[in-house]
Amino acid sequence: MKIVGLSGSKVGSKTRTAMNYTVNAMREKYPTIEVTLIDLAQYDVQFSDGRNYLEYEGDTRYVVQTIMEADAIIIGTPIFQASIPATLKNVFDLLPVNAFRDKVVSMFVTAGSPKHYLIVEQQLKPILVYMKAQIVQTFVFIEEKDFYRKEITNDDVLFRIDRLVEDTVVLTETYTNIREAKEAEYDF
Amino acid sequence: MEKYRIDQSKGLEFGIYTLGDHLPDPLTGERVSAEERIHEIIDYAKLADQAGIDFFSVGESHQEFFATQAHAVVLSAIAQATKNIKISSSSTIISTSDPVRVYENFATLDLISRGRAEIVAGRASRVGLFDLLGYNLRDYEELFEEKFELLMKINEEEVVNWDGEFRAPLKNAKVLPRPKNGSLPIWRAVGGSPASAIRAGYAGVPMYMAHLGGPASVFKRTIDAYREAATQKGFDTSELPVSTAGFFYAADSSQQALKDMYPHINEGMKRTNGQGFPKQHFAQGVDPHNVMNIGSPQEIIEKILYQHELFGNQRYIAQIDFGGMPMDKLKKNIEIIGTEILPAIKKYTVNK
Repeated sequence: MKIVGLSGSKVGSKTRTAMNYTVNAMREKYPTIEVTLIDLAQYDVQFSDGRNYLEYEGDTRYVVQTIMEADAIIIGTPIFQASIPATLKNVFDLLPVNAFRDKVVSMFVTAGSPKHYLIVEQQLKPILVYMKAQIVQTFVFIEEKDFYRKEITNDDVLFRIDRLVEDTVVLTETYTNIREAKEAEYDF
Repeated sequence: MEKYRIDQSKGLEFGIYTLGDHLPDPLTGERVSAEERIHEIIDYAKLADQAGIDFFSVGESHQEFFATQAHAVVLSAIAQATKNIKISSSSTIISTSDPVRVYENFATLDLISRGRAEIVAGRASRVGLFDLLGYNLRDYEELFEEKFELLMKINEEEVVNWDGEFRAPLKNAKVLPRPKNGSLPIWRAVGGSPASAIRAGYAGVPMYMAHLGGPASVFKRTIDAYREAATQKGFDTSELPVSTAGFFYAADSSQQALKDMYPHINEGMKRTNGQGFPKQHFAQGVDPHNVMNIGSPQEIIEKILYQHELFGNQRYIAQIDFGGMPMDKLKKNIEIIGTEILPAIKKYTVNK
């Protein structure tokens, strides 16, 4: 199983801090899973110009190809101007319409204000649904006060991330098994 | 229809097309050489000609896993190797070509083949060739429209006066040689969406509609949109042929057809498009109302006739060879088409 942790912003450190914890938790609990962390702050990704994803080059190609090859994706995102960051939206725009078919996607969000709680529900999930993702329904909402000097200090958040990691793996295994059983029935 | 060399009293035309893909056979993992693949395509056309099939066409794709970038050259070899079958591109990417050179090539092809050549002009579903051939992707739409118009003008006028944005102007230019009977049938390739079909309708040119899978009724909407747009611009749709193009595979049973074809489609699309073909969608391909013509010969006959009734199309062309389909299976399919499918289709559509 291949899982990608996608840290969706070039700004700040909180999303990356939470993603580090998430990826480490995944590696510790599931050492056989191949986990790749993609922090968009570290890549020079071009804006989507509508071409097939195989036709991009360099960092852009690496990012989209790695996502396309994953069985599951954990998205970590901050909230900018009451929405997801443009860097993250651009990754969706680079991918084909059905990019998340047969993939599980789970999410955590690092927000400056609790008033942004519904942004994942209202803005991120509809995109993932359109792109055919199987979504882990419960996401983790992390606030500024849960961090102190690049560490998460709120146990509740840590417990929630641990459960998010577990749910992502369990759902990916489950959907894979269901799909394989269904495909075997077709007999072609 | 005469202008497009289509005689409806002879029934629905049946053709074969290849994108010219050059992919490994997923069952063996082996890929033949480009040399071998090109000869396979020429032999494939020869067999189609011998089986009485009406039409054979070759595509142009400038990317990995394709071998017929110089499709006009391949068609020229096919012209020499065949006798009666119509030959065409499917499609020529006119956006990134010089229409004068395209016309020279295809008019020559028409003379070599003694009046059997056609052009299907498209604008590419993939865009790598814009970089390769030195065009700006931002001009995608305008390049196609302008160059297509010029191609049509060259076809209609022996002496051309023209100026545009993407090519040097033509002053009293004679584009030679002329085709055997003065002009070539030129079609516009449409990828199945109504928006693209409407533009073909506005231009008043025959439409080549490619379709992957899904209910035939969805593609009927595209054809309706095309005819409506053509009528709106004052064209007579009874003079504008429509051709449909899609996956085809005949075997003893629909289950066997799915089994034989699926790995080629799924693995081939993964390589050329980056995503496979979901089994669930492919399984629906055998439904009588699905536009994919996969099944037993009898099921396919019924599907093609159903689509013909629904679409009022003048030609259907079949894609069988995608994804490294081995030659023996192609031969078998041509044999089934020639002995079972073609006679039945002609019988039911002749003099309709």
